[in-house]
Amino acid sequence: MNYFDKDLASLHDDLVNKKMSVRELTQETFANVKATDAKIGAFLTLNEDAALKQADAIDADGVAADNPLAGIAIGVKDNIVTKGLKTTASSKILANFTPVYDATVVEKLTAAKTITIGKTNMDEFAMGGSTETSAFQTTKNAWDQTKVPGGSSGGSAAAVASGQVPVAFGSDTGGSIRQPASFNGIVGMKPTYGRVSRWGLIAFGSSLDQIGPITRTIKDNATVLSAIAGHDKHDLTSSDKAVPDFAAGLNEGTSVKGMRIGLPKEFLAEGVDDDVRKAILAAADTYRQLGATVDEVSLPHNQYGVAAYYIIASSEASSNLQRFDGIRYGYRAQDVKNLEDVYVKSRSEGFGDEVKRRIMLGTFSLSAGFYDAYFLKAAKVRTVILNDFKAVLKDHDFIMGPVAPTPAFGLGDELMDPITMYMNDVLTIPVNLAGLPGLAVPAGFSNNLPVGMQLIGRPFDEGTLYKAGYAFEQNTDFHSRLPKLGGQN
Amino acid sequence: MADRITREQVQHVAGLAKLEFTDTQLDAFTPQLDDIIGLFETLSEVDTEGVEATTNVSDQLNVMREDVAEDWGQSAALLDNAPDAERGYIKVPAIIDESEDD
Repeated sequence: MNYFDKDLASLHDDLVNKKMSVRELTQETFANVKATDAKIGAFLTLNEDAALKQADAIDADGVAADNPLAGIAIGVKDNIVTKGLKTTASSKILANFTPVYDATVVEKLTAAKTITIGKTNMDEFAMGGSTETSAFQTTKNAWDQTKVPGGSSGGSAAAVASGQVPVAFGSDTGGSIRQPASFNGIVGMKPTYGRVSRWGLIAFGSSLDQIGPITRTIKDNATVLSAIAGHDKHDLTSSDKAVPDFAAGLNEGTSVKGMRIGLPKEFLAEGVDDDVRKAILAAADTYRQLGATVDEVSLPHNQYGVAAYYIIASSEASSNLQRFDGIRYGYRAQDVKNLEDVYVKSRSEGFGDEVKRRIMLGTFSLSAGFYDAYFLKAAKVRTVILNDFKAVLKDHDFIMGPVAPTPAFGLGDELMDPITMYMNDVLTIPVNLAGLPGLAVPAGFSNNLPVGMQLIGRPFDEGTLYKAGYAFEQNTDFHSRLPKLGGQN
Repeated sequence: MADRITREQVQHVAGLAKLEFTDTQLDAFTPQLDDIIGLFETLSEVDTEGVEATTNVSDQLNVMREDVAEDWGQSAALLDNAPDAERGYIKVPAIIDESEDD
């Protein structure tokens, strides 16, 4: 069974009314994943035995009418640790790593009785925008298997877009949830920094990383975010702000009437594909017709986001990835003569090229003589970018623009050219630097490939983004078009 | 090509990062890193006079907690992930290069 025509509410009704058992649903989910994944390549590891046991336990208790996630199949990006289930971050250096604890997000989902179907493919340590830096396999775009699924959460996005699971989790350091959601025509939320605990997320850029949901619909996304958000004593950057029931605000009465929306001119500047620009301008008209005001605004330092980000994220990564040293876990090189050799050879053999590039850039930016010119300068530019957003969001409810300058590009097209790859993130990166929430919403097509719109909000105001996304979804049909997977749907 | 980073500097940074590269890899990495550092240098166009650095965007600052040890009772499972272990300890090669004693 695939999830093309299902949402969480209809699945929940079927389970509560016993139209099917959780075991049946889980079995059919695995059958479909096995039938389709040779084409898509979304999953690295399947969790079938444990999932079926869990399904039986939920069936024995019955699915409670007030638990919308009980028995729901999920995919989990392979940089989110899962107790007893192999977690590799798509790196050779963690090829045989089995965590001894669950990430807080996974713990919350398990308490909500979701069923983990498996771990999804990603760029190695989430460094990349096409899932092609994975040490293990290539994932394909659900709409066109010659195109990338985006990244780094490409496996999670392709799994949802191809109907394998209704919900998958990604992490977003510079666009890694929003861009693959956009490339696959589905919904992805990068929550406010601190909204969701990072405990158990294999760290890349600790001041930028957030976990978030990828789903087919806005309402499903809102339901899931409420379930994973909240303060966690294990992550001291997680916020103690109350978590709203985001889905409760989405109904026939949901409206953007009277809202002020900012459309930054820099988001439609040179380098943005014509079809993408047209889709966003059409979306702006839709919002106007729905009673909102859309103003042209400016984020004058947006273009410096990429440079600042690649200094800051690489610096944080170079520090975070020091722990991979071949001693306590992970890959250890053979034929080593001394301890220094263990470190150097294990890391040099265990990490792929893109990860090495980032470690080198970060180490360089932090090294004696270069710290002020690179890291400190980038941290100051981060303040300038943050202030640009603050100025616009002071008198606008949210900002709209594209997620990415282009639709999905071809497999192999950009992997060899790091700067071209980095520039793809020009519209998503500033949001991470500023710690703001960003939502990707299906907003059009270009040559049968999806185009995504990005909504950016004030800190902890995911609720407004969901309302605006929901109003758009209810008045357009981009989300209801489905990819053709070899004629099986 | 503007030499923003030399081959020797790349090797020096690799040493700091506990990485090593072959000559062929250095040939490919050096110009790539040089180009990316060129991108970094565009930040000099931004006036940051008097601007504070931002290194944290959390709304939680200076959170304190008691420093209490917790026994997770998982030392065996942890050691299962170690590349080499013996009698409850992680095993590593000699720190001193024994080949130099010959």
